[in-house]
Amino acid sequence: MLIAMNVLETLWTKIKQALICLRPGRVTLPYPFAPHDPEEGFRGLPRLNVDKCIGCGGCANVCPARLIRIVDKDQTTRVLVFLYERCTFCGRCAEVCPEGAIEMSREYELSTDDVHDDMIGEYHIFMGPCERCGRCYRPPSVLDKLQQPGFRSDCIDRKCPPEGCRIVLDEDTDDRAEAPTQTASR
Amino acid sequence: MIRDWLCKKILPRALWVYHVNCGACNGCDIEVLDTLTPYYDAERFGIKLVGSPRHADVLLVSGPMTRQAAPAARRAYEAVPDPKFVFAIGSCATGGGMWHDTYNVLGGADQVIPVDFYVPGCPPRPEAILHGVATALGLTSKEVHALRAIQECDAVESCELPEDEWLTQELD
Repeated sequence: MLIAMNVLETLWTKIKQALICLRPGRVTLPYPFAPHDPEEGFRGLPRLNVDKCIGCGGCANVCPARLIRIVDKDQTTRVLVFLYERCTFCGRCAEVCPEGAIEMSREYELSTDDVHDDMIGEYHIFMGPCERCGRCYRPPSVLDKLQQPGFRSDCIDRKCPPEGCRIVLDEDTDDRAEAPTQTASR
Repeated sequence: MIRDWLCKKILPRALWVYHVNCGACNGCDIEVLDTLTPYYDAERFGIKLVGSPRHADVLLVSGPMTRQAAPAARRAYEAVPDPKFVFAIGSCATGGGMWHDTYNVLGGADQVIPVDFYVPGCPPRPEAILHGVATALGLTSKEVHALRAIQECDAVESCELPEDEWLTQELD
């Protein structure tokens, strides 16, 4: 009698365990066959927007793995080489970038069989003729220059017009985010 | 060539994995274990952690290759029977990570043993490891080749305009 009770009790615990296992259902992700987006706030591969970058090199300065190399190819082109193979995805470069040019993307599927070829980002930044902000601008016409006070042919001002310049010198326009308009680059 | 062919034909049936920590901070190791849990379930591809390199097909290397660990890693690699795969898990194993030029680190895992697949990340998500495994097995294709393209600022063109325009404006 006692043995039968024991057997029944054991059986009942096993059935209960089976029911507990059934409750959550199937938990396995169908991942490699179906996409699975990372959570909010995930930091993936840092991507550089070459149109926003002013080539200040702040990112290279703070990078803990020192993976950003800056080379001046010629007088107007600055090359930023990102050796992504040792990137730790800390996001310091995106944090420190004054122009918001670096963005932590959500890419994480980075596995590759040739890391030294695939995991290199090479960005050519145009260092424009504006001596203040480095931004390229459309130079003024000769007539505009003649109207400039104190114009002499050998002291042509190589700075973009102040309303479009990225480096704001005027204290009146204190909102720096508004100053870099798109017209400056055109 | 023959090795690649063999890997594609024979290995996908079941990969037995031996995990080598060459000085990792344990982050990547935890993600590797996470990949083997029922939620990510790498075992559905026949992947199984084994306790000896002689039973393994795949060597999972995590961490920067420290000077102390390099001979041991080399011996573990030699103990794995052919054909074998080596996976470098994490930024440290792919390129040395933050410690790429430290005095006691030789660099990435490929400084000591030939690596077939790299999974960058610090640590890589379990999905990233699964993606690496699936790519190695030929189930998915790799996504990163687009990185290589050089990206140029389009301001170059807008700046080359002026010379001619000045001339035309003068004529007007």
